[in-house]
Amino acid sequence: MKTALKRDATSEEDSGVRAGARSAVKSARASRTNSAVRGPGGLSVRLDVRALTVVVLLLLAALAASVVLIGTGDFPIPAGDVLKTLLGDGNAGQEFIVNELRLPRVLVGLLVGASLGLGGALFQALSRNPLGSPDILGLGQGATAGALVMIVLFSGDAGQVTVGALVGGLATGLAIYLLAWNRGVHGYRLVLVGIGMSAIMTAVNGYLLTKADLVDAARSVVWMTGSLSGRDWAQVWPLLALCAVLVPLVLANGRGLRMMEMGDDVSYALGVRVERVRLLLMLSAVLLTAAATAAAGPVSFVALTAPQLARRLTRSPGPNLLPSLCMGAALLVTADWISQRVFGADQLPVGVVTGVLGGVYLLWLLVTERKAGRI
Amino acid sequence: MSAGKSNEKSSGLNNRRSTVNRLSADNVTLAYDQRVIAEQLSVEIPDNSFTVIVGPNACGKSTLLRALSRMLKPSQGRVLLDGSVIQSMPAKKVARTLGLLPQSSIAPDGITVADLVGRGRYPHQGILRQWSTEDERVVQESMEQTGVAELADRYVDELSGGQRQRVWIAMALAQQTPLLLLDEPTTYLDIQHQIDVLDLCAELHEEQGRTLVAVLHDLNHAARYATHLIALRGGAVIAEGAPNDIVTAELVEDVFGLRCQVIDDPETGTPLVVPAARKAREQVRKERVDQGGRAEKVAATEAS
Repeated sequence: MKTALKRDATSEEDSGVRAGARSAVKSARASRTNSAVRGPGGLSVRLDVRALTVVVLLLLAALAASVVLIGTGDFPIPAGDVLKTLLGDGNAGQEFIVNELRLPRVLVGLLVGASLGLGGALFQALSRNPLGSPDILGLGQGATAGALVMIVLFSGDAGQVTVGALVGGLATGLAIYLLAWNRGVHGYRLVLVGIGMSAIMTAVNGYLLTKADLVDAARSVVWMTGSLSGRDWAQVWPLLALCAVLVPLVLANGRGLRMMEMGDDVSYALGVRVERVRLLLMLSAVLLTAAATAAAGPVSFVALTAPQLARRLTRSPGPNLLPSLCMGAALLVTADWISQRVFGADQLPVGVVTGVLGGVYLLWLLVTERKAGRI
Repeated sequence: MSAGKSNEKSSGLNNRRSTVNRLSADNVTLAYDQRVIAEQLSVEIPDNSFTVIVGPNACGKSTLLRALSRMLKPSQGRVLLDGSVIQSMPAKKVARTLGLLPQSSIAPDGITVADLVGRGRYPHQGILRQWSTEDERVVQESMEQTGVAELADRYVDELSGGQRQRVWIAMALAQQTPLLLLDEPTTYLDIQHQIDVLDLCAELHEEQGRTLVAVLHDLNHAARYATHLIALRGGAVIAEGAPNDIVTAELVEDVFGLRCQVIDDPETGTPLVVPAARKAREQVRKERVDQGGRAEKVAATEAS
């Protein structure tokens, strides 16, 4: 039955193409950027050519920036040597600097950027609002509160601070979800509850800072700005493991999320299990954001800007999950390179650069949204 | 024709159970949180009918449609689709049998007509079967049936209200469901586009044999297009049946509290509801205040 239908469809399509240029032109126009790759046994994969190109280019950009970043520092190494060393063909001194000191830092940067980009895209799609990103919702503030509790109250070591940040981020995410839940989470309520949560957490952080002695306070402030300096392999592995689980899980649910853009009723009617998909994706987004924050501190505005920039590049509706992920990684590594290049090694935490870039972008977004009458 | 058959026979239908029809609500109690909209409501959607649900505002017609399309889980009773409880069926399987055009839907920014209609294929797709030739054919067909094929590459945000509604209907059609539920498909459209959409519905019903269920506000449209009418008031079925059999002045008065005449539609012969003049209605209202319960009888005789 199925194959019969398929054969019918194919023959119809063939005759349509033969019949004349008109229908051919029509179908070519309709599938301007989308094209399907079809295999035997009804296998078919839909590709958005433009989005795919964007993903590849962003990946290349992120990798290129990484290589340059590895070569940047008090002891500059040319890009060629970096590549040679990464492939296991460098001299001993360069090998130590590249593999032990700088590679883990760049990997943390890539993973943090990717997690923030993906987490931001998820939040913005779920809240149907570009402002519904983890930065605005107070997840970063919540993670900071967790970290500050560890630093100020318990004088914890780096590992404990990471755990504190993770717990803080997850608790904030859970609180937002519970407060915003009312027969389903809806966009504006989520954003408003998140803004309230963010304010509370900022107050908590301010209080904790005033309680801290000078050393702890200095340590807190560095952590709060978001920095990649001194990151080693111990930070890479947990983040990589988390991404390895969550990224495929999120992408597998991406089609449901795409339907949910059209409202809960429509997606429900199309057979999407809205509440389940939403809970799963929100949990993933919170985990990704909290883990990224725990690893690098609350690097501001990457989660807000990456999805929007990616969307403008792909020009395709939908959550643009993979492009946002790549954009986040490229953005963060580039920002880190700028901070090192312009201000010298580890003088300026990467969070300051993303903050400046993201702040400008946020203003631009608010102005254009206002012009479009959406705010 | 207009007076004649009373609505008593429908109360019998209310409690009848049947396994013949594909979609039915069986003794459902519908509530939002604690607010009960309908209790012990039973409705059968006859197969291959164009069923229209009418009733005054807040009578529970949209709520009933939400329950029938499994958006709202009944707090008691059950909605049956092909003999099984609709909530227990796999979501995509239901979506291949029953489509819904809800009142509110959001067109994503920068989506083209073809893309939006293509999203109706979701329940037929999977990770390994994302866009078959069959999908392509059905999308093209759905756009042609609704007359939006020429708009395929246009952005949905730049279309007029009437065009947009057609696009959404095309999306629901691309779902290829034998049952299609429409929640006030003509709201916010001018008269020409209202008729346009209703003609399209009639076509889908007559030519493709789909079972349609629509909630409509306009009683005359309902009487003209429906093959089966369900009149609701306060969450209960007051009457159901073919419009010619059940639409009477008494029924309209009973359901909507509006005094009127029911005449034959000069175009189609279906019942046409003509509200009584304002002065006549005021007169009756005064009499009602004077005479209390007797007023209703007066109204009924006057109307016939």
